[in-house]
Amino acid sequence: MKLKYFAWVRERIGKAEEDVELPDTVTTVRELLLWLKGRGEEYDFALQHPEAIRVAINQEHAGHQEKIAGAREIGLFPPMTGG
Amino acid sequence: MAAAITPTIRIQAEDFDVAAEIARLAEGRGDVGAVVTFSGLCRDENGTLAALELEHYPGMAEAEIGRIAAQAIERWPLTGLTAIHRHGKLRPGENIVLVVAASAHRQAAFEAASFMMDFLKTSAPFWKKEHRPDGSSESWVEAKDQDDLARRKWTES
Repeated sequence: MKLKYFAWVRERIGKAEEDVELPDTVTTVRELLLWLKGRGEEYDFALQHPEAIRVAINQEHAGHQEKIAGAREIGLFPPMTGG
Repeated sequence: MAAAITPTIRIQAEDFDVAAEIARLAEGRGDVGAVVTFSGLCRDENGTLAALELEHYPGMAEAEIGRIAAQAIERWPLTGLTAIHRHGKLRPGENIVLVVAASAHRQAAFEAASFMMDFLKTSAPFWKKEHRPDGSSESWVEAKDQDDLARRKWTES
């Protein structure tokens, strides 16, 4: 599965995207955020307030309770500030 | 009522021509009675900002603005709808975003343009970073609660 990071999430993790193999125990967006947070200092820094992180599954906004089965691409980013 | 229209959505680094975009929705037809445009520009924040850097999520930005436009088209009897959002480094006075909504009557055009902007600000995957004139610091703009409130008013009955 491809993960894409944007804005300060990208800067703190130190990369724009990566491919990951998820353990079977990670089935929801929330579980993904907590699993990522435990991968190292930079992830912990980026995701220190996981509830504040916005997530898109296959380029569509998704809530933290949503299942990630079948996702090809998951984007993680701060609240949006365009317009 | 006419068949559903197809919105024009562009994400681009280059500037846009407001007059040309208005003309595109009005030229050669007699059913357009109102064209409302909104342009968002980069402010200098009283001299404290040298540039805004706009990052976006390629692919999702187009898709999400398309979803917002589809809602506007379903909700108001529009004859045309255009949304253009720039990315990259923009300086004070430069254009950031353009929405053009056309309809037979003004109310639909006003409301659709306002709806588009309220949703663009809170749902379209763009992020602004501020650059200071002395080059000292860069900081990400924080999302504002008032923008969320502005969006929510469209879904309250």
